[in-house]
Amino acid sequence: MLASFSGFLSVAAATAVQHADAGHAAAAAAAGPHWGFTDQDMMRLLAVPLLPLFAYLIQIFIGRKLPRQGDWLLTGAMFCGLGLALYEFAKCLGAWSPDFQVSSRAMGLGWKFLSSTETSLGQPVPNVIAGILYDNLSAAMLVVVTLVSSLVHLFSMGYMHGDSRYNVFFANISLFSFAMLGLVLSDNLVFFFVFWELMGLCSYLLIGHFYYKDSARKACVKAFLTTRVGDTLLMIGLFILWNQFGTLSFTELYGKVEQLVVAEGGWPLWLTVAGLLVFCGTIGKSAQFPLHVWLPDAMEGPTPVSAMIHAATMVAAGVYLVGRAFPFLSPDARLVVALVGSFTGIFAATIGICANDIKKVLAYSTISQLGFMVAGIGVGGVSAGLFHMITHACFKACLFLGSGSVIHAVHTQDMREMGGLRKKMPVTYLTMLVSTLAIAGVPLFAGFYSKDAILAKAVERALLDGHWWYWLPVGFLFTAAGITAFYMFRLVHMTFHGEPRDREKFDHAHESGPTMAIPLIVLGFLAVICGYGYHHGIPNVWPEHGGWFQELWRDPVPHEIAHKLAGAHIHDAAHVEHVQHLAHNSAMMGSLAVAGLGILLSCAFYLWRKLDAAAWARTFGPVYTLVLNKYYVDEFYSKTAIAGTFLVSKVSSLFDKYVVDGVVNGVGRTMRGISGGSAAFDRVVVDGAVNFAGLGTQAVGSVLRLLQSGRIQQYVTLSVIGLVLLLAVLILR
Amino acid sequence: MIANHLLTWITFIPLLGMLAILLAPATQKALIRGLAVVATAIPLGLSLYLWLTWGAVNGGSAQLQYVERVPWIQAGNFLVQYFVGVDGLSMPLVALTCLLMFIGVFASWNIERGMKGYFALLLLLEVGINGTFVSLDIFLFYVFWEVMLLPMYFLIGIWGGPRKEYAAIKFFLYTLAGSVLMLVAIVALYLITGTFAIASYTEGGQNMPGLLELARTKQITGANLVAGGVLMGVSFQDWMFWFFFIAFAIKVPIFPFHTWLPDAHVEAPTPISVILAGILLKLGGYGMFRIGFPIAPESFEKFRTLLAVLGTINIVYGAYVAMGQTDFKKLVAYSSVSHMGYVLLGAAAMTDWGVKGAVLQMFNHGTSSAMLFLIVGVIYDRAHHRELNGFGGLVTQMPYYGGLTTLGFFAALGLPGLAGFISEALTLLGSFKTYPTLTVISCLGVVMTAAFLLFAFQRVFQGPLNPKYAKLPDISGREVFCQAPFAFLCVLFGVLPTLILDILNPAVKQFLLLFPA
Repeated sequence: MLASFSGFLSVAAATAVQHADAGHAAAAAAAGPHWGFTDQDMMRLLAVPLLPLFAYLIQIFIGRKLPRQGDWLLTGAMFCGLGLALYEFAKCLGAWSPDFQVSSRAMGLGWKFLSSTETSLGQPVPNVIAGILYDNLSAAMLVVVTLVSSLVHLFSMGYMHGDSRYNVFFANISLFSFAMLGLVLSDNLVFFFVFWELMGLCSYLLIGHFYYKDSARKACVKAFLTTRVGDTLLMIGLFILWNQFGTLSFTELYGKVEQLVVAEGGWPLWLTVAGLLVFCGTIGKSAQFPLHVWLPDAMEGPTPVSAMIHAATMVAAGVYLVGRAFPFLSPDARLVVALVGSFTGIFAATIGICANDIKKVLAYSTISQLGFMVAGIGVGGVSAGLFHMITHACFKACLFLGSGSVIHAVHTQDMREMGGLRKKMPVTYLTMLVSTLAIAGVPLFAGFYSKDAILAKAVERALLDGHWWYWLPVGFLFTAAGITAFYMFRLVHMTFHGEPRDREKFDHAHESGPTMAIPLIVLGFLAVICGYGYHHGIPNVWPEHGGWFQELWRDPVPHEIAHKLAGAHIHDAAHVEHVQHLAHNSAMMGSLAVAGLGILLSCAFYLWRKLDAAAWARTFGPVYTLVLNKYYVDEFYSKTAIAGTFLVSKVSSLFDKYVVDGVVNGVGRTMRGISGGSAAFDRVVVDGAVNFAGLGTQAVGSVLRLLQSGRIQQYVTLSVIGLVLLLAVLILR
Repeated sequence: MIANHLLTWITFIPLLGMLAILLAPATQKALIRGLAVVATAIPLGLSLYLWLTWGAVNGGSAQLQYVERVPWIQAGNFLVQYFVGVDGLSMPLVALTCLLMFIGVFASWNIERGMKGYFALLLLLEVGINGTFVSLDIFLFYVFWEVMLLPMYFLIGIWGGPRKEYAAIKFFLYTLAGSVLMLVAIVALYLITGTFAIASYTEGGQNMPGLLELARTKQITGANLVAGGVLMGVSFQDWMFWFFFIAFAIKVPIFPFHTWLPDAHVEAPTPISVILAGILLKLGGYGMFRIGFPIAPESFEKFRTLLAVLGTINIVYGAYVAMGQTDFKKLVAYSSVSHMGYVLLGAAAMTDWGVKGAVLQMFNHGTSSAMLFLIVGVIYDRAHHRELNGFGGLVTQMPYYGGLTTLGFFAALGLPGLAGFISEALTLLGSFKTYPTLTVISCLGVVMTAAFLLFAFQRVFQGPLNPKYAKLPDISGREVFCQAPFAFLCVLFGVLPTLILDILNPAVKQFLLLFPA
């Protein structure tokens, strides 16, 4: 079986067998070895990321020469991946257990990425072996990513038609999908980081797709560098974890952290720091405050790319990372995660109110929704946060593709030039409306269930913990939920309702063709149904089960509770259940209220015109200006960090040129003075080294003269003579 | 016959090529080029054989392989041997040299003026470099070291740019100053130990300890030379350490000895820049690993924190200075300064991963910097200037060139999946254990490197096409041929690092064992 694995990778030399993760041997034994997963299943899972990779490789070398510039190849590969992911997902659901976890390393399949010798130097030098970790989370993510990627590929066939770099575009989005799929399946942080950075590259390439536009070339560099700041901090976090635990495999880390916390009776500070550094990676990739600045600018990429970045890849990776890292985040680190996430939620939502560019609104809404997910995980609702990531992927992909369809039709991104498009573009209108209802948190639509779960968890955490710090996320998130409903309906009203504000653009508008409409319909459908089953099973389908996601992806129980550490605040089960019930009810009421209020207000402003937005903007003059300018964060960075960097680089260059090199040239001049100079000076300076250098100069000069006579042979003779002379000096020392 | 004297053939076939070129009439340009190709292709083939059979021949042990040893100069006790051999430390660098030289010939295809001399010198340079890598006798090492210096001087000084004389003299004198220090240290070592052999060997059934073994067993005290082994209040070992260190640091180059590098690069013709960055800098690093550090293990232990600081300065300062450049080639030159800092940092950390990362960084920088300088060469050949702000939007006109450049830049900025990442990450990971603060500071260099490379790319390749260059031809087949091997190696060792790590592992272990615990 090893042979087939390595044959698949064509790297027999680089593979190695790693035996049994002892961790969940017992769980596996109960359900048969590896939950009935065979090597073939692992091959299929491996094929999911490799299909787009191979398609990418074919595409970059011969894509332009293929019929239709190869788009069918990449799209086909993605759909095959989707098929495989669905097949394995069905097997995963068949196992139906929260403990479901298949590790390729436990099955003896692994790829030795880095090797080291067993040294006798007393340093831990573990090998890094990459494998596949397939559990409920990665199973669900794999389906979501392949689904959204496939639909984005399909959509792009229509949207990007006629683009001068059509083939390159398809190659790059396939590489993007490959990186995300690889990341989802990684069983260790090393490979996770590799794919993580690859996504940085892909986002750079795709945001800069229209590289000839000045704004696009700035945006892609900004995206790469901003996320790289976070990535570098993440890397330092990984260094700490590696040095302390000697492993970066997820399952091993969980075990070792638990042992450590139990043994020490608490969380050491360095672990908090490491956790926060890892979280910095998320801050960068998932565009959390204060590294959110790249994401709105990333709208410079073609719209399908935005859908890709915002739904299936990149930003989802950050949330996925916190979800995976949650078990080694200390309580303090979790609080920071919750605060950063919830602050980002409200911060970005407020900016969303004022934006007039349809894609910018969606961009800020993404940042805000990511804040929800991160905050949800921070308050302990890992399941809720990750579930929101999945529902959000469906409706946000739909919204972005819908906005793409609109832009394709009216050739503008400014909502002030749209209006009344619902008659012209019924499919786009309906799917976007459904998705807006979902993101606004209207019951029966997907976003309601997932957002509600996050809010409930935040309230529960605040009630259980009691510290006022934990009430901050609650306040932030409820407010943000209301604002979200407001600005999303503002978007729908301004785009689709009312009278057309630009008659010429309106007249040219038309519904998009099937390659663009089908993805919208599929995603719109999912925006309705993919939330079902979180709390309640689907009646008559799985009557005996609770909600599938909640049942299969249980929140990790924090170690201090699991082990009843001294000093840990333990509540009895009845109290916890009571609080949960209370939190759930109040959260549902609260979220319904804020969503309703937000929708009503936006209707009042933009549909019924009862309230005048412009007048309100004037009333809140300075605040409006502040928000309209995105709180001047970009300006702040360019005045401080960026200007500072350029200043340091300027000073360093001058220092190098005039001081470091100045000294060298000064020495050189002095030497020349010495060697060409007066006999008197020679007598004074008796330093042998100086004399030697002087002689050297003269020797060079004479050799150079010889060479300029064009007789190279003499040079060789001369150097041999030089060597002989040197020898003589040594022998006769 | 070839297998028994593999290293000798690899080293001296270019010398035969040089002689053949010197005999050839200067008008027969095709013949001269052909001779140069053959004289570099054969060593390349042999070094490939060396690499591919590595481990299969002698079991891949940490021991030196393909050892040859014959007396060269003998006068009583004075014995200089032709003593060569390779281990995992030097073998990849020998192979890299052969590849770079082979590519260097093709990159020099357009050189017309004095091409006979040019190719002769190029081949002599290869003799010097490979000879230095395979030498196991410190005297021999020094001879090859000097042999390498002179051709480089002429190659810059005659075929260089407008300020070639200045750059060549600066390069020559700077390196020579270091060589003098090295020579002093070598002489002193001989006076103390009576041997020039670096590695130990057996002679007539008797073990003859080499310098490294003597150093490890603390037999190089200098007490027989100066009383108490202390000269001017500084221990003999410290003197030796600093003499060797400065000699090698100039070559690497380590701050503040680095200023010859940008000048030499800017003035040197493209193939010479490629060789300079790709392999000549590695000689400094290699010298430290082979001789400089293990010859004075206690001094190294004493000063290694200082070395780590210097390495960090190289990384961060080099990146900042690179950012301030507007000359494309100077920017790439300073990126070399930054990248070579990892070598020192990883070595100073003295952890398994750190040292391995450092050694690997030498190899990986060899491929990625070669690619970067070839990239600069392509645009310089067409536009005849290298001013970063003078281009714009070149991707439109030269899409293939833009694609290759993207690969080269991302390899240089340490993107995972490409080779540079592996070595940088291993270096930082290894040094984090010993020097957490310095490592965190060095991580700033990771961000800055990405910044200056992407800013450069933005200015040259993205944005609206500069109408001045609306007719530039895209990269030619020959230029692609020159860059392809490096692109391939960047990807290969980024995806399958074990292919090279398995070679380095035993050597690094052996290296670490040279130091008393």
